[in-house]
Amino acid sequence: MQAVSFRGVSRHFGTVRAVDDVDLDIADGEFFAMLGPSGSGKTTCLRLIAGFEQPTAGEIAICGEQAAGMPPYRRNVNTVFQNYALFPHMNVRDNVAFGLRVKGIGRAERHCAAEEALAMVELAGFGDRRAAALSGGQRQRVALARALVNKPKVLLLDEPLGALDLKLREQMQEELRRLQRALGLTFVFVTHDQEEALSMADRVAVFAEGRIQQVGTPEDIYRRPASRFVADFVGSSNVLPADFVGVGRAGDWASLRPEDITLDPAGREAEVTSRAYHGRVVKLGLNVAGQGLTMLAPASGDLPRPGDRVGIAWPLEKAHLLGPAT
Amino acid sequence: MSDTAILPPRSGVVARAVDWMIRHPAMFTFLLVLPITLWLGIVYIGSLLALLVQSFYSIDEFSGLVVPEFTLATYAELLRPSNFAIILRTVTMAACVTVASAVIAFPIAYFAARYARGGWKALFYIGVMLPLWSSYLVKVYAWKLVLAKEGILSWAFAKLHLGWLLDAILALPVVGGNSLSVSYTGTFIVFVYIWLPYMIIPVQAALERVPGAMIEAASDLGATPGQSFRMVLLPLALPGIVAGSIFTFSLTLGDYIVPQIIGSGRLFIGQAVYMQQGTAGNIPLAAAFTVVPIAIMGVYLWGARRMGAFDAL
Repeated sequence: MQAVSFRGVSRHFGTVRAVDDVDLDIADGEFFAMLGPSGSGKTTCLRLIAGFEQPTAGEIAICGEQAAGMPPYRRNVNTVFQNYALFPHMNVRDNVAFGLRVKGIGRAERHCAAEEALAMVELAGFGDRRAAALSGGQRQRVALARALVNKPKVLLLDEPLGALDLKLREQMQEELRRLQRALGLTFVFVTHDQEEALSMADRVAVFAEGRIQQVGTPEDIYRRPASRFVADFVGSSNVLPADFVGVGRAGDWASLRPEDITLDPAGREAEVTSRAYHGRVVKLGLNVAGQGLTMLAPASGDLPRPGDRVGIAWPLEKAHLLGPAT
Repeated sequence: MSDTAILPPRSGVVARAVDWMIRHPAMFTFLLVLPITLWLGIVYIGSLLALLVQSFYSIDEFSGLVVPEFTLATYAELLRPSNFAIILRTVTMAACVTVASAVIAFPIAYFAARYARGGWKALFYIGVMLPLWSSYLVKVYAWKLVLAKEGILSWAFAKLHLGWLLDAILALPVVGGNSLSVSYTGTFIVFVYIWLPYMIIPVQAALERVPGAMIEAASDLGATPGQSFRMVLLPLALPGIVAGSIFTFSLTLGDYIVPQIIGSGRLFIGQAVYMQQGTAGNIPLAAAFTVVPIAIMGVYLWGARRMGAFDAL
């Protein structure tokens, strides 16, 4: 059964089409990422599932049941908010137990469940602390426990890692994956970070201008982008004329990943225009017969400098044909 | 551009003093707090203490002179039935006015904080503040005309065929009377009217600080709108309501003009103070009466704190 399904869903704010005729199926137990730049409609889609927004048109089903028109408190779906939205006037335990309290579950039982949920996110014994006294990472975990304690059908995460620093973010990414597998829950994860989406999700939907551009596994999205936008947004591809790349007719476009281009003295002549050191790799800006492109070269040995002339090559099977320009 | 990295010292007394203060930030803080310390410490707290001392003096029944000896006799006088009735009447009125103000102010403040944008927000501020710009006396006298027996209100009730309702209210014991302008109900209406802005503004400020995501989170976790209000919105707005109630409560406790112009003619604390220090010349009793609102507010704030009203601050 589908955990969430959208049929022709639109959400318009005045003349702005935040979500425009979206069809979407999220399978039960899936880790699903919604990826897109800000204003692409991904967060509105999440809010439509949560019930904070009602669709202008179309149908939304959660676990096969009609959800359109239902207020958030009648949906068995919970959200981890971007800024956590912990209640400042309650301690951590009462925050986590809130969902159980409003359902009329007794104090002893709900405190017990809250303690269990806190242990699950490795915050056992933090119940008496105030939410304001926690670090960003800890607040994130409390928000997660507060949602999971309700045993939702679908857990919605709205850019939950955006406010954390890099180290903590990587740690939380792993932890979210672990929790999702252990609980077998459906996670719907909104992010603008393509690396995060690719590394965590079972499937990714790429949004732009209120529409879904492509849905697929991370590998599908990365290796076989459906459009110029997806190729460019996910992993910053070189989008080049197909005849230039050597895979199609003039007028078609092809995408070529920067890491698929190699330095090869026997290859095509290119002029280095810029160089940026990234630790493991070096990003080179190149000019090949007036065509600008970027490549990633291993940061070892003698590296070319801006102004140098080098030879480059790419395996043709790595290039992906996008079809005619849109 | 100058050639040197460090510019030469500036000339002039002010410039040198400023440079010196930048090197001595503690001095700067000291100069900042000095005026307010003098104001609060001497003008405010000092005169309040003088008042407190006066309340422990008594008056000689025969000569009418203040006897500067410490005694609790003046406070005992407060407990005489006629005086105690004044206190009880004033406190009851202040409590009713405060509760009514909070109930009326909340939806207005909620609309302003959550939904009003741009022009609507400007309209809200003007609408709330405008009454404060006109004279308080003019407003109270205007209300006397509105509430009078032949006034607009009774005319409107009659035209709406609701004259019986007004008569029923006026026929009630205690709160009723000959007309609204000579009843406790009238005093209450006017108090609520003139103090309402002092409740709306702090409540609006408190609600403004509650992120919209809080209400969404409550709803997301399964709280019905009623539960969200009781368990999230109200506790988070409580500091604002308490701040507003300090205004409405203490302003009502001390006011002596409204009950004099509109009401049953029975005394409130403010009028009692006015009479005792003026015509009666009983400064100690006037001071003792003045201490009552201070004591009540102190107990009220202590209680509010104990109940966690300021936890969300």
